[in-house]
Amino acid sequence: MCVSCGCGGGHSHDHEHIDSHKIIDVEKDILHQNNLLAERNRGYFDAKEILCLNLVSSPGSGKTSLLEKTLTDLKDTLPFAVIEGDQQTTNDADRIHATGTKVSQINTGKGCHLDAHMVYHTLQGLKPESDSVLFIENVGNLVCPAMFDLGEKYRVVVMSVTEGDDKPLKYPDMFYSSHLCIINKIDLLPYVPFSIEKAKENARRVNPELEIIEVSSLTGEGMDLWYEWLKVKQQQTTTV
Amino acid sequence: MHELSIAMGIVEIADKEAVKAGVDKFSGIELVIGELSGVELASFDFAWQQAIKGTVLDGSKLEISRPPGKARCLDCGCDFNMVQVYDICPVCNSYFKDIISGKELRVKSLLID
Repeated sequence: MCVSCGCGGGHSHDHEHIDSHKIIDVEKDILHQNNLLAERNRGYFDAKEILCLNLVSSPGSGKTSLLEKTLTDLKDTLPFAVIEGDQQTTNDADRIHATGTKVSQINTGKGCHLDAHMVYHTLQGLKPESDSVLFIENVGNLVCPAMFDLGEKYRVVVMSVTEGDDKPLKYPDMFYSSHLCIINKIDLLPYVPFSIEKAKENARRVNPELEIIEVSSLTGEGMDLWYEWLKVKQQQTTTV
Repeated sequence: MHELSIAMGIVEIADKEAVKAGVDKFSGIELVIGELSGVELASFDFAWQQAIKGTVLDGSKLEISRPPGKARCLDCGCDFNMVQVYDICPVCNSYFKDIISGKELRVKSLLID
């Protein structure tokens, strides 16, 4: 029998037939194992009413600074926990720890992304509180992390005005799979050839349902909108 | 280079199937990797050679089919071909669409000699 179309042969094909003795029909998603563990993580978050956010961006767009500012400003209103993902060092975890927030660092070594399995084991040690907001700061990379569901409720892609406004078109998979886009470093807009309107148009072309918030985690401009978004999502998580 | 993780995921699937089938080697494998799946075939080939060394897939014949990108417009309902995730409806220019083909990433079958 033909492996590709299931026919018994005898008509023309645009694929080559393999002569074989036995074929096992597997039909299994290659990311199946990751997706199963992601669902397990998601179940854990749902049971504990934890709002889990997966923060993704290219290196240097300001994810950690955005988190530092957020944790410092909101730590008295919301309980937080953070998982930091980097290839090497505990620098980012140290910065988060300095804000007084519970944090675990994952070092992926040569790995270019976090996966659901790493998050699963990290949760066992971190034990985030019920009703808290858990940020997972992914490895700085706009390509590989796009394929790996970690069990998050929302994916937040961060881009900064020092990058090109065509970034959403260059890395469409990440923008396509995200729910919120934060455009960071808007305090630098007068000094860089970056068009906010073009960036938003490009992002919406890839994903018309993407929400977009413009902020400067340095000056605090626009951060109130991000905090409002967080509070609304956290309330929705705990009241469902 | 997530292609290495993808290749290792395939080896894991093959390992489990080998135990089920009671074999220690597969002679061939068929994969379905859609053109919008985010897998670069050149990187994948490179990762594949490394990932299968000493495994049940070592020396197996690899066949990959690549379903092209297709979407259905959520505004006018027409089906159209996509090359990029951000391609828009060619009829009504809407950004809203359902991707109906091209995202596939699966092991279709394994062959035993």
